[in-house]
Amino acid sequence: MGGYESIILTVITAATPLLLAAIGELVVERSGVLNLGVEGMMIVGAVLGFAGAQATGSAYIGALCALGAGMGLALLFGFLTLHLVANQVATGLALTLLGLGLAGMIGEAFVGQPGIRLERLHIPGLSTLPFIGPVLFGQDLLVYLSLALVAGVSFVLFRTRAGLIIRAVGDNHGSAHALGVSVIRVRYFAVLFGGACAGLAGGYLSLAYTPQWVEGMTAGRGWIALALVVFSTWRPLRLLAGAYLFGAVGILQFHAQAGGVAIPSQFLTALPYLATIVVLVIISRNRVLTRINTPACLGQPFVPDR
Amino acid sequence: MTQDHETNPPPGAGTRRSGEVLLEARGITKQFGDVRANDDVSLVLRAGEIHALLGENGAGKSTLVKILYGALEPNAGTLHWRGAPVRISSPAEARALGIGMVFQHFSLFEALTVAENIALALPGGTPLRDLSKRIRSVSQDYGLALDPDAIVADLPVGIRQRIEIVRCLLQEPKLIIMDEPTSVLTPQEADQLFLTLERLTAEGCAILYISHRLEEVKRICHHATIMRHGKVVMECDPAQETAGSLARLMVGSAVHDLKRGAQAAEGGPRLELRGLSAPPDGPFSVALQDINLSVTGGEVVAIAGIAGNGQGELFDLLSGERRAQDSGAIVIDGTASGHLGITLRRRQGCGFVPEERLGHGAVPGLRLSENIVLTRHGTGDGLVRGGMLDMGLARRMEQRIKSNFDVRMSHDDPEARALSGGNLQKFVIGRELDRTPGVLVVNQPTWGVDAGAAALIRQELIDLSRQGSAVLVISQDLDEIFEVADRIAVISRGHLSPAEPAAQLTRERIGLLMGGLEEGQGKAGHAA
Amino acid sequence: MRLELEKRAEHSRTMAVLSPLLALVLTLISGAIMFALLGQDPVRALYTFFIEPLTASWSLQELVVKAAPLILIAVGLAVCYLSNTWNIGAEGQFTFGAIAGSLLPIVFPGFESPLTLPLMLLMGIAGGMLWGAIPAFLKIRFGANEILTSLMLVYVAQLFLDWLVRGPWRDPEGFNFPESRLFSDAAILQPLADGRMHVGALFALLAVIAMSVILMKTLKGFEVRVLGQAPRAGQFAGFSRNKMVLFAFLLSGGLAGLAGISEVSGSINQLTPVISPGYGFTAIIVAFLGRLNPIGIFIAGFLLALSYLGGEAAQVSLGLSDKTTRVFQGMLLFYVLACDTLILYRIRLTRAYAPSGKEA
Repeated sequence: MGGYESIILTVITAATPLLLAAIGELVVERSGVLNLGVEGMMIVGAVLGFAGAQATGSAYIGALCALGAGMGLALLFGFLTLHLVANQVATGLALTLLGLGLAGMIGEAFVGQPGIRLERLHIPGLSTLPFIGPVLFGQDLLVYLSLALVAGVSFVLFRTRAGLIIRAVGDNHGSAHALGVSVIRVRYFAVLFGGACAGLAGGYLSLAYTPQWVEGMTAGRGWIALALVVFSTWRPLRLLAGAYLFGAVGILQFHAQAGGVAIPSQFLTALPYLATIVVLVIISRNRVLTRINTPACLGQPFVPDR
Repeated sequence: MTQDHETNPPPGAGTRRSGEVLLEARGITKQFGDVRANDDVSLVLRAGEIHALLGENGAGKSTLVKILYGALEPNAGTLHWRGAPVRISSPAEARALGIGMVFQHFSLFEALTVAENIALALPGGTPLRDLSKRIRSVSQDYGLALDPDAIVADLPVGIRQRIEIVRCLLQEPKLIIMDEPTSVLTPQEADQLFLTLERLTAEGCAILYISHRLEEVKRICHHATIMRHGKVVMECDPAQETAGSLARLMVGSAVHDLKRGAQAAEGGPRLELRGLSAPPDGPFSVALQDINLSVTGGEVVAIAGIAGNGQGELFDLLSGERRAQDSGAIVIDGTASGHLGITLRRRQGCGFVPEERLGHGAVPGLRLSENIVLTRHGTGDGLVRGGMLDMGLARRMEQRIKSNFDVRMSHDDPEARALSGGNLQKFVIGRELDRTPGVLVVNQPTWGVDAGAAALIRQELIDLSRQGSAVLVISQDLDEIFEVADRIAVISRGHLSPAEPAAQLTRERIGLLMGGLEEGQGKAGHAA
Repeated sequence: MRLELEKRAEHSRTMAVLSPLLALVLTLISGAIMFALLGQDPVRALYTFFIEPLTASWSLQELVVKAAPLILIAVGLAVCYLSNTWNIGAEGQFTFGAIAGSLLPIVFPGFESPLTLPLMLLMGIAGGMLWGAIPAFLKIRFGANEILTSLMLVYVAQLFLDWLVRGPWRDPEGFNFPESRLFSDAAILQPLADGRMHVGALFALLAVIAMSVILMKTLKGFEVRVLGQAPRAGQFAGFSRNKMVLFAFLLSGGLAGLAGISEVSGSINQLTPVISPGYGFTAIIVAFLGRLNPIGIFIAGFLLALSYLGGEAAQVSLGLSDKTTRVFQGMLLFYVLACDTLILYRIRLTRAYAPSGKEA
């Protein structure tokens, strides 16, 4: 493998969990719900994905477990915020704290165990092409899934009636209710979809990124995914660009160190976090842009009168 | 009541009461907690008839309409569509039957296009492109031209209502429910709407027309049902009634006449606006352009206009919640004050009452005594000493305002959210009147307030001015404006027309000014 | 069956008191189920977790040592959340306060005077305020979401600390362990009694009293509540949203910084790569469990401190993971948020609508 090729491959692996988590949250926020529990859903997805793979010997079943774990936590979030109208910000934080605790407890048994890696697909003839072969045709299933999700979400949101309803609910839940849309049901679907994506993102970490379980292995990626959604101004294609940009920032540290750059590793590790702040500032300073694009009901509680 | 009427139609009402019965409600009852919003309500709607539903705010009209449209479920009672019992448990079911609705507070999605807004109300399956074509043809056919690709946020209210109506028409409804459709229209736009309604009834459509504008109901409606306190009190042919008799039926007692008294002797100008301009402060806001106005002590000046023409922006600049760029553009009692914040303007003797009671004029979750602190912590009333609050004093002030302004509450010092709209408005205005402000600016003083409270509030405003204060009322309600104002100016797209004596202005001319037909100063005098 | 919420006309004051208690009971029940699933005797496990630590004097002292930083931080966070400002980066402000305060004893170990400790505490407060001021500034100046920026700064502060204790501030005589030098006596917060309890506990008590007065009796406290509940009404009252964001972040950052330097000076006596078992995050739970009320926070702080001790006890005597503590804490916050619904709503289960068929 050449140098550039391996860099591009690591960018893809670093970007995929961010992209998976963020594309799910994008749909959630488009429906008017702010779920700050992405980090919590991711880490439980990571540990249960690992556990599922260990128990069955199949990384695919592991990925399904991760997906289910994310949805389970999302259901809890949905019940609190949609049925009991609890504060979305606080509930999201609770989800993250609970997820980190649960994952730590469940994962204690798995610390240090070798994991099972999600296999890279091999398309005969294509994946062996020089350079573009491994980059384009030799990835694992979740990488393709993350890209398909971006295309799919983009299509559904802007080209289908279901997407129109999701956007309508996020823009004005009162009017949507008056037109007979079941706001709570639409939001449950969105929240569960977001949970499934976040769970898968976590599963990707423990099944492909570094196939093992490490306490706290999400390392703030759930939060970065949340920032990416803001950065994308709630548009899937911009999200794709943002996730790959952050993937590149994230792997910079390895390559800088390998290249013998004399910067303390801690500063390089801090780069994605600092980059997140910078990106948020850049995108937020254009207040007109953010205000026009932000779903108007984002984070607002909704209680139908019956 | 309905059955009595079926057998004994009142004289004059029978002529148009011949259409097929489309929707009938029998014995509808709806309870919200302790409040019975609808109590055994019955109603018969016939094809080809404009049926008025009259009542004060809180009489139960909205609840009934929501039940007919499937947005609420009744606790008791039945609905019948063309004679057969039906259950309408969602708006989608109502639409499937052929019931359409035009909402008072538009149920539109600002971030979406006109076509997307309309698509949401129609059953799925139509590609957006075909829908856009239908929107173009139907809207032109009815004289309600629309651009299907425009984003709603960019459109003025008049156009937004067209969207609601076209959305309704595309469903080819047999019954259209309209909730206060003219409240946001100029008189001329309203006339256009009435033509559309006439055409619809001629095509056999039934219209349930909710309004409290009695002249309008008399003019276009064939039949009226009047509600009070959740019950139907009367059915009649509005053409046979006078506005006064309809009003008495709605309110249940004699309507109050305001005592105007003579305008106080010429006072000096207390509030002056000199070339006040301001850029829009957000993507959905209106720019104010070169506004000039002078309000002298002893008079009430009213600013008329359709919602969304800069009233909110003007209020924020007058109150100091937003500072003016030029301090000399706002002069209070001779002092340039444009640069001052709201607390300093209050210290100059100003009082302010915003349009939105809950969330702007008062904090819903705080008690009334705490809400007094909200506007009076910096006005030298002694509520704050050395940073510490004197809540005992706040409670005594609350008692005083409560008894002076007849604010009714179920128990002492409740949270603001627990008061009814009328009582909260009496409190919010009373809180300022209690200081006898030299300048009072009120935005929509009686919006959504019952008639009794509205009369009391309007009288208080007049009385304050007669004590030498300058009172500026911003209102969309022309009836209210003519009741209280000595002079009237009209705001349209951020421009303000010169204030003219109320006695010299007609509704028609105000309507033209509202529509922006006389925009720009110096061109006044082109009365239609 | 369907779950319906019916809005109360006003806050239920009974429920405001009952809701945290109800949440606690639900957490204990869920905990018992969790222990049973883990193969433990639920009664014995709960006893070990919540009662045993209260039976020895050393562990009571330890309880105070752990409750103090939680309470200090949570009181500040309460002001943030009451004013609808979402500072979730207290852990970073705690860390940066500890770093700033440790500058004196680590870089100038020779400076030993009665001024050393007060200066350290002031620098700790200043460090926390500085770290809190960053998200506040970014929010005010650029509109950047303070939730995300304050959280990102937690990672940055922790990495900065990690670099310091492995690099420039590593103890030259410390056999290459990632630790700073030990503080001299002049730089150590004195114990209150014969044991681990130190003066930091008094700071927490003072903060509770001061914040109670500020929130209940002063115009500033009124401003906090108004801007939190209805920002537009706050503007109408002449209060500035931006100044409140800055005030809340400086106050909570300063208190977190004080907690950080107190912890380092009073309990650890040196800087290490990890100086907090997540106090800054647990304090979020403390703040909500205490219903954002300083007195409530005082009680809640002890309860959450107990969960830390219980976790340790359960690890020692039952062989349970110390991560159980965080599961308990997470569950507790969930139940608190769920039960808080009862304050503003009545909940009822209703059957689907059946028309009565009553004829007119």
